[in-house]
Amino acid sequence: MTAYTEKAQTWRRQFHRALVMVKKNARLYYLKPPVLIFGILFPVFFFLAFKIGRPVPPEDIVPGMVAMALWFTASAIGPLVTPWERQAKTYERLISTPVSLKAILAGDVISGLIFGACLSLIPIVLGLALTDAHVASVPLLAAGVLLGGLSFASMGILLAAPHASSPSNIMLLSNLVRLPLLFVSGIFVPISQIPAWARWAAWVSPLSYAGGVIRRGFGLRAYFPIWLSVLMLLVFTAGLIWAACRFHRRSRAKGL
Amino acid sequence: MPTVIEVHKLTRRFGELLAVDHAEFQVEQAEVFGFLGPNGAGKTTTIRMLTGVIDPTEGTASIQGHDIRTEPLLSRAHLGIVPEDANVYLDLSVWRNTMLMAELHGVPRRQRIRDAERLLDLVGLAGRKQQKARTLSRGLRQRLMLCTALVTRPEVLFLDEPTTGLDVQSARLIRQTIRELNRGGLTVFLSTHNMDEAEGMCSRVAIINKGHIAAIDTPDRLRSAMRSSQYVEAGFAEPAPDAMDLEKLAGVSRAICERENVRLYTETPGQVAAEVVRFADTNRLQIVQLCTRKPSLEDVFLQFTASSKVEAEE
Repeated sequence: MTAYTEKAQTWRRQFHRALVMVKKNARLYYLKPPVLIFGILFPVFFFLAFKIGRPVPPEDIVPGMVAMALWFTASAIGPLVTPWERQAKTYERLISTPVSLKAILAGDVISGLIFGACLSLIPIVLGLALTDAHVASVPLLAAGVLLGGLSFASMGILLAAPHASSPSNIMLLSNLVRLPLLFVSGIFVPISQIPAWARWAAWVSPLSYAGGVIRRGFGLRAYFPIWLSVLMLLVFTAGLIWAACRFHRRSRAKGL
Repeated sequence: MPTVIEVHKLTRRFGELLAVDHAEFQVEQAEVFGFLGPNGAGKTTTIRMLTGVIDPTEGTASIQGHDIRTEPLLSRAHLGIVPEDANVYLDLSVWRNTMLMAELHGVPRRQRIRDAERLLDLVGLAGRKQQKARTLSRGLRQRLMLCTALVTRPEVLFLDEPTTGLDVQSARLIRQTIRELNRGGLTVFLSTHNMDEAEGMCSRVAIINKGHIAAIDTPDRLRSAMRSSQYVEAGFAEPAPDAMDLEKLAGVSRAICERENVRLYTETPGQVAAEVVRFADTNRLQIVQLCTRKPSLEDVFLQFTASSKVEAEE
C-alpha cells in the first residue's frame, strides 16, 4: 500500500468516526435545555424585542431572523458538548479511542452545522408562509446557511476549548462573544446605518457575512459583496478550526 | 512471549509535582500485570498516559509496537479501558453505549451486533439493553464499562481499580470475566488497591510509590525476596508467653504476642518452628497450632510503600 492510499484510508476512517460523533451528539445534546434556551428561545425573544412597536416590514426581518437563528443554534453545540463531556469524564473515553482530536472536533462542527441548518429552516418556512418574503436565489440562501453554519459551529468548538469547572461557565463565555457580535452584524439594523466604530467591528464578525449572503438569497441588498462574504466565511471557518485544534490540543496536553 | 506494552522512562509532571518518574517496565502477551501503589502514587497517571488521555512530559511507551507519541491512533486501536468511575454515557441506553464504542473503534456492523449480544449476556445485562445507563447501579454500570471495552476486541485491557466499591456479585463477575478472557490470550493491565485481587489474578505485579517503580516481579518471588518478613505462627492452649522470652529464641528477629497466639518473624522459619516446640516442652506449654508463613502481598506492598506513609505522618 502506498503512503498516499494509506493516508487516504486513514482520512476516510477518521471521517467515518467523525460521523459517529455526530450521531452521538444528535442523540445526546440536541434536546439539552441549554441548547434549546440559547439556540431557540434567544432568537425568538430578540426578534420580538426588535419587532414589537417598530414599523419595519416583516419581510425585511426574515433574513435577519434566519441568520440569527443560525448564529445561535450552530454555535450552541460546541460550547455544550466538550465541557459537558469533560465534566462527565466521557471526554476521556473519547480521546482514548482511535479517533483523532481533529475527527472529534469535526464531529462537533458537523453537529452544529446540521443543528443550525435544520433549525434555521423554521424562520425560513414561517417567513415565506406568513410574510411577503420570497427566495430570490436558492443557491445563495443555501450557501449562506451552510457556510454560515460551518463558521458559527467552528466558533463554537473554539469557545469550548478553555477548561472550565462547569459547562455553564463556557455557555456564559460563548454568550459574551455571541451577543455583542449580534448587534454589529447588521441583523437588526443594516450595517450601513450603524455607527462607524460598529461598522469596523462588523468586519470581524462571521455573522455579518453570513447575514449578507442570506439577505441576497432573499433578494435584498447586502453591505458586503457576495464574493467577499463567501471568501470571509471560508477564511473564518479555516481559521477558527485551526485555532480550536491548537487550543484543544494544548488543554489535552495539560491534562485538562 | 512477545512484549505488548513497553514503557521507557515514562515521566509526567504537573507543574512542580512529579507524578510519574522515569517508569520502566514491560508487559508480555497474555499476562495479567498488576499495578499496585498507594493513593497518589502515579497509577492512574501512568494509565492515562498509556491510553492517550494525557501526554508524557518525558519518555515514551509503545503498545503492540506502536509508539504512543508518534502513532497514537494505532496504539489506541488495541486498547480497551475500564476506569475506576464508570464514565458511560448516562443518557444513552446500554445497547447504544456498547454500539458507540464499537463504532468508534471501527468494528464492522455484523460483528459488533453479534459481540454486543454475547457480551451483554455474559455480564448479565442482556435484559437491560434498552435501559438508560443513568438507571443502572454502580455495579451494573461497571459491567457495562467492561462490555463497552470488550466489544472492540482489544488486545490489551486496562483496568483502573475496576472493582472498587462494587457489590460482591459484580466484583466477582468482573474478575471471573477477566480471568476467562486472559486464558483466551487477552493481556490485562490491572491497577488495584485490593491485594487479594492482585494476588489471585496477577502473574506479575509492579509496585509504584511516589511515581517510582519500587519493585516488579511475580507475587511469589516478591514474597520470597522479603525473607525478613517470613514468620512462624503459633497458638497455645493458654495465654502466650512473654514476647521478650520468645525473642531470645535462635533466629527470631521480632515477636508479637496477642492472647494465646504469637507471631515470630524470622529468616529461618523451619529452625524457629523447632525452637518453639522445644520452648513449649521446656515451659510445659501446649501448642494447639503451629505453621510457617511467607509474607502476604499486602506485607510486601506495605514494606515498599512504608516510607511514604512515615513521611505523610510526619
